[in-house]
Amino acid sequence: MLKMIDVHVDYSMKKQTIKALDGISLTIEPGEFLAVVGPSGSGKSTLLQSLGGMLSPTKGVVQMDDNSLYDLSADHRAALRKKNVGFVFQTFNLLPYLTAKQNVQIPLMLNGEDPKKQDVQANELLDKVGLKDRENHKPSELSSGQQQRVALARMLANNPRIIFADEPTGSLDPETGSQVIGFLKELHSEGHTIVMVTHDPIAAEQASRCIRMVDGQIITTI
Amino acid sequence: MTFFFLIRQEIFQRKQQLMTSLLTILLGIAAIVSINSITSISQAAIQKELERLGTNVLILPKDATVQSYYAADIDSGELPESYVAKLSNSGVHGMDNLSPKLSTKFKIDGKSFILTGILPKNEIRSKALWQDASIFTPINSSSETCPTPELKITATGEKLLTTKRIIDTLDKNQVFLGSEAASLLNAAKGKNINIKGTDFIVAAILPPSGTVDDSRVFAHLHTVQQLLGKPGKINVVEVVGCCQKIFEGLVPKINALLPDAKVLTIGHVAETQLKTNLMMKNISWVFFILIILVGGTGIANFMYGNVNDRKKEIGTLMALGAGSKFILKLFFAKAFFLGLAGGIGGYIVGTILAMIIGPYIANIPVYPLLNMLWIAILISVGIAFLASFLPARKAALVDPCIAFREV
Repeated sequence: MLKMIDVHVDYSMKKQTIKALDGISLTIEPGEFLAVVGPSGSGKSTLLQSLGGMLSPTKGVVQMDDNSLYDLSADHRAALRKKNVGFVFQTFNLLPYLTAKQNVQIPLMLNGEDPKKQDVQANELLDKVGLKDRENHKPSELSSGQQQRVALARMLANNPRIIFADEPTGSLDPETGSQVIGFLKELHSEGHTIVMVTHDPIAAEQASRCIRMVDGQIITTI
Repeated sequence: MTFFFLIRQEIFQRKQQLMTSLLTILLGIAAIVSINSITSISQAAIQKELERLGTNVLILPKDATVQSYYAADIDSGELPESYVAKLSNSGVHGMDNLSPKLSTKFKIDGKSFILTGILPKNEIRSKALWQDASIFTPINSSSETCPTPELKITATGEKLLTTKRIIDTLDKNQVFLGSEAASLLNAAKGKNINIKGTDFIVAAILPPSGTVDDSRVFAHLHTVQQLLGKPGKINVVEVVGCCQKIFEGLVPKINALLPDAKVLTIGHVAETQLKTNLMMKNISWVFFILIILVGGTGIANFMYGNVNDRKKEIGTLMALGAGSKFILKLFFAKAFFLGLAGGIGGYIVGTILAMIIGPYIANIPVYPLLNMLWIAILISVGIAFLASFLPARKAALVDPCIAFREV
């Protein structure tokens, strides 16, 4: 379970304090598919980063299961991410000098998996996202949709319980975007918890719950 | 995929940046290796030459000169024989042999000779040329860390006589003659000769050495002191100094110990070369400082640039679960490979350079020195690590949220 209790995140910019999150309290149950919508600068990505243990709040508590995330060290939080969390980024964030398969192998390598086992698993994951035939292609040799599918395969490598997706369809055409949302729905049906930040109302409709944020606050829950 | 595979892929992704910083450190290391190779080999050559010559340091009375030493000018001053004991007990390292001497001129049948009083046991070891050069094999002395001649009695007949027997048994009424002196005196082994009213028996004729010793007559030091009425006096101490220790300042140490004596190194060529070596050693230090500054700055610049270029990539790795230790390891491993390549490349380039220019500037053939490889790697990797410390730390502190920013 993920929980935020009265979370505030303040930024200081040009001697001005900007409230990115302003007293957010939120509970996300295991297996839930939550969409976070709202205009740019409303604090959606900040919420995602804070839930993912990557952004320490100015005030408040963020819990992952029984762990108060920000009472843990940065390395301990990284270890929790490695074990439980998968990220999908708007710009895919593939390492440009690695092939599709090698990119998928990164989380496995970080987990200390044997290279042969990495190879087998990466092949299976690429097969699952329909890119088996592109395993030796570098990101620059793949289309945006294909890159996002490689990123999805990479995210699934450690079989994470929780998936954080930041605008997963933001850089994709509608058709490829709907394919990616299809993948996320499939993962949700397999029991993964998904928190997705999106501008796309069609994508948001696929979630089991949707919250709308404005100025760092949750204003509606659907 | 392994950790090292990831580093290798990343390194070769940015070839141009890599080559620039690699070249900086490689050229610096090459300069150090080439200078040190020439200096080391030149020094070894001097050491060999000085060992061939035997004595290489002279301790003379304050007013004496090298000329008066060679001319056996007894009026140029004396030293107390006790100086030998003082030197022996001083704890100053690098004096492999001390030969106290008292010399004077004498005439027989109108021909001039030099009578030199020696202590035979001290003497023979200092005269490498008195023996067949092939019977000396330099070995490493455990106490002085410099090669000292080891006497191997492989000679037979007359040669054995001039080595083993004389060491043990130069009596007070015996002399041995340099080859030229023997020829001028028409003397042979066992013949009597009279020097300043005292009869001596010729114990041995020394083989030619090509030095001033060929024209000398050698007797026991205490006999010569008695003959000249100068008990306990000498006019030179010949020292077989370890070349490396001379290079490191043996002469000033002896000077400090015996302030009323004059200490000289002989062998002008060797002396000049020692000065050249010293100069080159100093230049190598200058290069060492330059390589730390230039090479270090180059690598630090490359690493900082790399951290800035890769911030999003580092953030992504962190989002995927990489801890700060992993990121530090990533950058230090890269620094290690960069240093290793710079060290090996610098060794190869520096050695080739030394082999080309060595014969011109030091008159010696230069060959590859394997120990220079380890020194080159050590310096290069050390500088790469030092220069990468701050950039690596910066990388480990990258805010992982950067992975979410659109670029």
